[in-house]
Amino acid sequence: MLQIDHLTTADAKVSLDDVSFLFEAGKIYTILGRTGAGKTELLRALMGLNPLTHGSIKLDEKDITEEPIRARNMSLVYQQFINYPHLSVLDNVAFPLRRQGKDKAQAQALASTMLATVGLGEFLQRRPAQLSGGQQQRVALARAMVKQSRILMLDEPLANLDYKLREQLREEFPRLVADNDESIILYTTTEPREAMELGNTMIVMHNGSIIASGAPAELFANPSTKDTASVISDPPISFIPGFVRNRELYFNEGHQAPSEGLLLPEDGPVTIALRPDAIEPDGAFNAKIGLSEFSGSQTIIHLDFDFGRAIMMVEGIETFAAGDDISVSIQSEHIMLFAPDGRNITLRNNQHG
Amino acid sequence: MAKIVLENLGHSYSANPNGEYDYALKPVNLTWQDGKTYALLGPSGCGKTTMLNIISGLVSPSHGRLLFDGQDVTNIPTSERNIAQVFQFPVIYSTKTVRQNLAFPLECRRVAPARIRQRVAEVASLLDLGYALDMPARKLSADQKQLISLGRGLVREDVSAILLDEPLTVIDPQMKFMLRRKLREINRQTGVTMILVTHDQSEAMSFADEIVVMKDGLLQQSGTPEELFSRPQNDFVGYFIGSPPMNMINLEARQGVLATDALSLTHQAPTESSNLLYQMGIRPEHISLVDDTVANIGVGIIKKIEHLGVDGIVTLELAANVIIKAKTRKHTQMTVGTAMGINVRHNDALLYRDGVLAL
Repeated sequence: MLQIDHLTTADAKVSLDDVSFLFEAGKIYTILGRTGAGKTELLRALMGLNPLTHGSIKLDEKDITEEPIRARNMSLVYQQFINYPHLSVLDNVAFPLRRQGKDKAQAQALASTMLATVGLGEFLQRRPAQLSGGQQQRVALARAMVKQSRILMLDEPLANLDYKLREQLREEFPRLVADNDESIILYTTTEPREAMELGNTMIVMHNGSIIASGAPAELFANPSTKDTASVISDPPISFIPGFVRNRELYFNEGHQAPSEGLLLPEDGPVTIALRPDAIEPDGAFNAKIGLSEFSGSQTIIHLDFDFGRAIMMVEGIETFAAGDDISVSIQSEHIMLFAPDGRNITLRNNQHG
Repeated sequence: MAKIVLENLGHSYSANPNGEYDYALKPVNLTWQDGKTYALLGPSGCGKTTMLNIISGLVSPSHGRLLFDGQDVTNIPTSERNIAQVFQFPVIYSTKTVRQNLAFPLECRRVAPARIRQRVAEVASLLDLGYALDMPARKLSADQKQLISLGRGLVREDVSAILLDEPLTVIDPQMKFMLRRKLREINRQTGVTMILVTHDQSEAMSFADEIVVMKDGLLQQSGTPEELFSRPQNDFVGYFIGSPPMNMINLEARQGVLATDALSLTHQAPTESSNLLYQMGIRPEHISLVDDTVANIGVGIIKKIEHLGVDGIVTLELAANVIIKAKTRKHTQMTVGTAMGINVRHNDALLYRDGVLAL
């Protein structure tokens, strides 16, 4: 168990601002946030690389805030996979074990088992430069995992890889770390889909703070704030200014918005949030098509309404010409409402009481 | 503006190539229309960057010719090709203002000051960066800096094409989305041909009118996103385009048809007797999952459900241990371990013979 309380730093660019969290053993935590949200700073602070101005770090109840880096039982893998170019793949992975004082035979045996786990059993004697990017990153991962640190931290480990390699390693990742029931894995990413796919728990960071955490599907369905909804939605969620008057919901230009099944707040301004599945072709709303693009077998259509811009996703490959008019419907069961202070204030009839 | 023709164009970095392995780009014939958007797509080392460098003039090809509007430019230097380039990392003068950055290419060409002012204003309005003209460029975010890089190309009036070498790599996902839309708008408004190099199939699909898929220096398929998606010419394109990749299910010849135990869906058996490998290729998006009591062409047990937001990926095990993946929006209503009925339209089950589309 890793407990952090009120971590605060004064870094030049991005500072941590009072970050507290309790990490449990045997779980994978994905830390999602945009560039500059404080993800790397959090990992570096845990590792002891960034000095704290405030706060404490406890591992299994023991305060390690002042412990030197090497005594922390943590390893960190960066996105620029760092390997020792002059050592074989086997010796790259055996190296940290030798430093821990294991003898050569024992270190190499453990290293070759770990390399087999990450699918590199055939490449023990190669140099890192003779491997593909994805294989090199697996060497770096194996070297971090072989130490069996209590905390394994991966800082955007797939960011520098080709799309298809990323897809493959994402698929393999849960298996690579499967028998780690003692360790805590922290995995940072800017990709919402990656964070949702890999984390038991997803942590959302924004401006140096943790703004939300929880099971990925639950967080996606019920983001607690507008910022959270924005960070975890890909394709982007569309926010349209509106208001409530006399128990009816309106977009700002005066168009009434569907609200069936929604329990509306008191009269006043709201932000109406539309995910791509909230809009369907044919209906009472007219829009101009800004752009239509393919994404797999789906078509993503950027719509320009009088009252704002939104994105619709249609199953199948459909050709829509930019500049054309289209009529669409908006599904109230997929609408979310946010208060002016950013809180999610969506209430549905079936959730009442 | 120009129509670009690659005529038997190939390149070997070795002086005396012995066989096809010595070619970074195996000779290829392609024609790109003026004003459209193209993507060169493939894994690292596939030859896409070599192709781009030949077009920009950074690499002189060992084979074939490159034509801009019918004129042979194969041996014309980069500076005379009127090509603008945007790279992976923004190339801008960070101490200069946005205005100075945009004006610089014209100042170098000694364009009249009044004309420069006019062009800079036009381009800034196209990029929605009018408000930032007098800000120092270093104050801008990564996506805005990429727009400035693009603007420095657009500001010239004689640009034949804009080459984009993985320009979205350093941009966060949501901003990527907006920047892509901006690129398409600029293409539409200016009519300038854009050629994007990328390893990201979703980026290529959403950006390009036409995609050129490469592997090991060899052209695999060139076509519209729709063609690549619905009729991949070989198993590599089926794998590389789409995420997750196309499902490939092995077929056996029995009683005149090619069949599998996994699904009751068959293809006509070939007349030639052969020991070729026949497979059925089905896109995860073309699999519909229904209650297992509803009419179906096969039943699978759910092994894994991945939540990706609006949609999800469901992994199923069918008869004969065949594993397939389906993409659906109903994943939140499904449970691992339960059985689902599977339906696929016959047209969506493509036949591959030794990895090549046969039907």
